[in-house]
Amino acid sequence: MRAFSYERATSPGAAATAAASTANAKFIAGGTNLLDLMKLEIETPAHLIDVNDLALDRIEQTADGGLRIGALVRNTDLAADARVRRDYGVLSRALLAGASGQLRNKATTAGNLLQRTRCPYFYDTDLPCNKRKPGSGCAAIGGFSRQLAVVGASEACIATHPSDMAVAMRALDAVVETVRPDGATRSIPIADLHRLPGDSPEIETVLQPGELITAVALPKPVGGKQAYRKVRDRASYAFALVSVAAIVQPDGTGRVALGGVAHKPWRLEAAEAKLPDGAKAVTARLFADAKPTKDNAYKLQLAERTLAAVLREARA
Amino acid sequence: MRFEHPATFNPIDQLKVIGHPTSRIEGPLKTTGTAPYAYERHDVVTNQAYGYVVGSAIGKGRIATINLEAANAAPGVLAIVTAENAGKLGKGERNAAPLLGGPEIAHYHQAVAVVVAGTFEQARAAAQLVRIDYVKGDGKFDLAAAIDAAGTPTPSFGGPADTAVGDFAVSFAAAPVQLDATYTTPDQGHAMMEPHASIAAWDDGKLTVWTSNQMIAWGAEDMAKTLGIPKENVRLVSPYIGGGFGGKLFLRADVLLAALGARAAGRPVKVTLQRPLMFNNTTHRPATIQRIRIGAERDGRITAIGHESWSGNVKDGEPEMAVSQTRLLYAGANRMTATRLAALDLPEGNAMRAPGEASGMMALEIAIDELADKLGIDPVVLRISNDTQVDPEHPERHFSQRQLVQCLSDGAARFGWDKRDPKPGQIRDGRWLVGMGVAAAFRNNLVTKSAARVRLDQQGTVTVETDMTDIGTGSYTIIAQTAAEMMGVPLERVVVRLGDSDFPVSCGSGGQWGGNNSTAGVYAACVKLRESIAQKLGFNSEEAEFADGVVRSGNRSAPLAQAAGQGDLVAEDAIEYGDLAKTYQQSTFGAHFVEVGVDADTAEIRVRRMLAVCAAGRILNPKAARSQVIGAMTMGVGAALMEYLVVDKRHGLFITHDLAAYEVPVHADIPHQDVIFLDETDPMSSPMKAKGVAELGICGVAAAVANAVHNATGVRVRDYPITLDKLLAGMPEPV
Ligand SMILES: Cc1cc2nc3c(=O)[nH]c(=O)nc-3n(C[C@H](O)[C@H](O)[C@H](O)COP(=O)(O)OP(=O)(O)OC[C@H]3O[C@@H](n4cnc5c(N)ncnc54)[C@H](O)[C@@H]3O)c2cc1C
Ligand code: SF4
Repeated sequence: MRAFSYERATSPGAAATAAASTANAKFIAGGTNLLDLMKLEIETPAHLIDVNDLALDRIEQTADGGLRIGALVRNTDLAADARVRRDYGVLSRALLAGASGQLRNKATTAGNLLQRTRCPYFYDTDLPCNKRKPGSGCAAIGGFSRQLAVVGASEACIATHPSDMAVAMRALDAVVETVRPDGATRSIPIADLHRLPGDSPEIETVLQPGELITAVALPKPVGGKQAYRKVRDRASYAFALVSVAAIVQPDGTGRVALGGVAHKPWRLEAAEAKLPDGAKAVTARLFADAKPTKDNAYKLQLAERTLAAVLREARA
Repeated sequence: MRFEHPATFNPIDQLKVIGHPTSRIEGPLKTTGTAPYAYERHDVVTNQAYGYVVGSAIGKGRIATINLEAANAAPGVLAIVTAENAGKLGKGERNAAPLLGGPEIAHYHQAVAVVVAGTFEQARAAAQLVRIDYVKGDGKFDLAAAIDAAGTPTPSFGGPADTAVGDFAVSFAAAPVQLDATYTTPDQGHAMMEPHASIAAWDDGKLTVWTSNQMIAWGAEDMAKTLGIPKENVRLVSPYIGGGFGGKLFLRADVLLAALGARAAGRPVKVTLQRPLMFNNTTHRPATIQRIRIGAERDGRITAIGHESWSGNVKDGEPEMAVSQTRLLYAGANRMTATRLAALDLPEGNAMRAPGEASGMMALEIAIDELADKLGIDPVVLRISNDTQVDPEHPERHFSQRQLVQCLSDGAARFGWDKRDPKPGQIRDGRWLVGMGVAAAFRNNLVTKSAARVRLDQQGTVTVETDMTDIGTGSYTIIAQTAAEMMGVPLERVVVRLGDSDFPVSCGSGGQWGGNNSTAGVYAACVKLRESIAQKLGFNSEEAEFADGVVRSGNRSAPLAQAAGQGDLVAEDAIEYGDLAKTYQQSTFGAHFVEVGVDADTAEIRVRRMLAVCAAGRILNPKAARSQVIGAMTMGVGAALMEYLVVDKRHGLFITHDLAAYEVPVHADIPHQDVIFLDETDPMSSPMKAKGVAELGICGVAAAVANAVHNATGVRVRDYPITLDKLLAGMPEPV
């Protein structure tokens, strides 16, 4: 870990300004991801801006009947919120499928969206990794890729985004609200927040330097049966091999987003149009451009079977 | 005390304290966080500095240049030790790869430097400034590719490489039912809770290290040898150990680097191996490729059994003795075993809980299940009908005790084995396909010299000192029970001090030999102490009875403490063994029963129920023994379903080298576990009539899980771990 300076921000605007005016600055929220990466010198910020004092820890009703989740709402509190449990069950379930109780007590909504990949090569600073060290190569390609992406990947990087929460939010069409160093605010549909790796896998989101997430807004409830199914090698405390967030309406239409398969939550509106035709039809479209490795080709079949199970339960 | 003849009635047989499910005497220290583990010994010496280890970034090759300029200039740095400035170092008897590498690199994350600074954070930050240029060499990292060039090793442990009886080839070829299958087990890591950690301090050429080590005498000896100093000048202290599983049997880099760092910095230095370094820096259970061939008559009688195993290791490393149990477990007139060792440049392979048998049983006990399938015979029945009461390779040698049949049949009754449908894929519980599996458990019992010192003081307190270690197993408690039983005092009157090289040399903790041998050593010392007490009190020591803090003989009696009236009485002795272990085969036996559910859609495997029935001599403390067995069963589930040091064959390392990537079972993976101990005493093993049990518990578990998965799904997986991707293709179509 490199030595760093530290400040506690007092307002969202001030936090963003500070981040832009200090070289190599980062926000820190729960710290459950950032600190681990700093200890390994995968992240080497010179300055930390602690955002925990910002009053962004509330969940409020929005004018259009949705919910606005403050960036600092802890994963535990979000999963337990009565409105979330009633109207956005997929989100509550996804949160509870992630990490552990202790981590969820600390982890924040914004931090969760911006957590970094779990590609094992990303964690070993002695090995090539374009995401950690642009231009050094991708050790995962041709290496151990059982957990990694099957779709939307590139020659430069085949990492997945590890968040469960983000997959549910993608299915819910959440909108990420930010403030920039110049004070301007903007709303980014979650579909656009995360980037595919392309040839710059080190750039993971469309956020600009110093841009602070203030909240995530959920549109008004869409009803339906909501499920989150996470498949993993052990019963708890493991990242998804494949996960399925689904909202299924009584008429058989619905929404599907997948986790564990791509550099971002994977949802294609054209694919879910096939929902009435069953899981195979949906995954065929979702994976039309898939380029799995030998190690992770099983994910295609696994995703299809998992979706089939989710749909069967939703329709039961 | 020499143990040459089968044990007869002795004070241990009173079972006033021994055999009771006594809670850990040091338990409160552990549950309150006050048991001092090595890295936390702030009290033992002042002015401790911190060392941080730099591991090699290549798997094979050499260091071209090391640039320490930036690191040396970093805040707080006191010293940096590398092979260049460490002075001449030897190598421990029990180390294969050198603990401090350079310029030659033997394996990935081999330590190449330790950076010493005033704080941990300063040492870590500076360590990341050490600049090393490497010249990569061509390493061999692929076991499957290396086996053609594998040779026949001379193992120092576990018998000869090869054995043969009768004519295996001919009788296998002639057998009406044949099984010929190849199984693989992956490299596995110990992944114990407490990482390796040491604090080293020099005083006038003498070194003291507070550390975490299973085998104090080995460690002290190898430390002296590595540093080239007399053994008397090295003291190792290791009273509490947060798990070892074989990973702390030997001198490791933390001890050496703390000592070298302390010498260079002129201050005591503490070093812990950082978790992501441990998997490649320390030892691991080596991967195996195992071919098993069994020929049987249609009635299930085995006529030919052959087991070959290949593993790899670094130069001077040993093979994994995965064929050991096949020499002893089942009858059969024609037999062969073969062990081959390939040269690899991966980190050093070495002992992990039940070395040999744990890996061997993973394969053998699937093979038996496959044979049962072919024969159409129940796998419990098949095992029972191939029982043997003699060593099949040397029929003149009887087993000292062998209750495998009892374990299997009791277990089957208790588990409800009769409800198993031999046809796979038949039982459904909601979304789960349910199956049951069984495997035998087998692990040899090893006897080895062990010494102790006992002291009686004026208060009537009995203090035991031995360099035996408690690695979370319950050594403190069973040693206290032994002394209490022998001296006729309540447990509270016994003080046990362990893990210090100033104490008499014990068997140490390894190979499930710790329980029986260390208590037998305490028994020997207590017999001597009883003699001097009797003498002091003017009793005939043959007739004296020790009970309730009083010594009685005929109608005379005296308080025990009185014997120490003029000063402490001290006795020291060791148990040493004759050749009972040669004339009799001493082994421990068991049966594992497992029920699994396999998700019909996703093929996720979850264990639903487990039972182990063990026959392992006298159980000195059923509570401690049960904890050992359920822990071992848990580890067996890990081996079956998830534990996997994945080899990156290009870069030459285990890439799953942290606890996120190297998965071990979590609580949610482990269901209700039942353990039954058969009533057994083994007079051939020691005066304690006990044997090992802590490794028996893991042997066979993984195969029982594998067999249950097959019973649930019809899919036979022969390559561990059994992960869902290996099942998917064979799963029933989703409905
Ligand atoms: C052992 C372990 C297991 C885990 N298992 C799972 C799992 O199964 N599923 C899962 O989904 N997750 C899992 N996680 C990840 C966990 O969910 C994340 O670590 C957590 O959500 C991050 O939130 P945080 O507040 O601690 O973020 P931090 O670590 O504080 O920050 C993460 C990143 O977000 C940035 N950031 C934080 N707040 C803001 C803001 N307001 N605006 C802009 N940038 C910001 C930081 O600069 C940093 O780059 C696991 C983590 C661990 C350690
Ligand atoms: S997949 Fe991405 S994160 Fe992993 S090694 Fe390649 S570039 Fe790095």
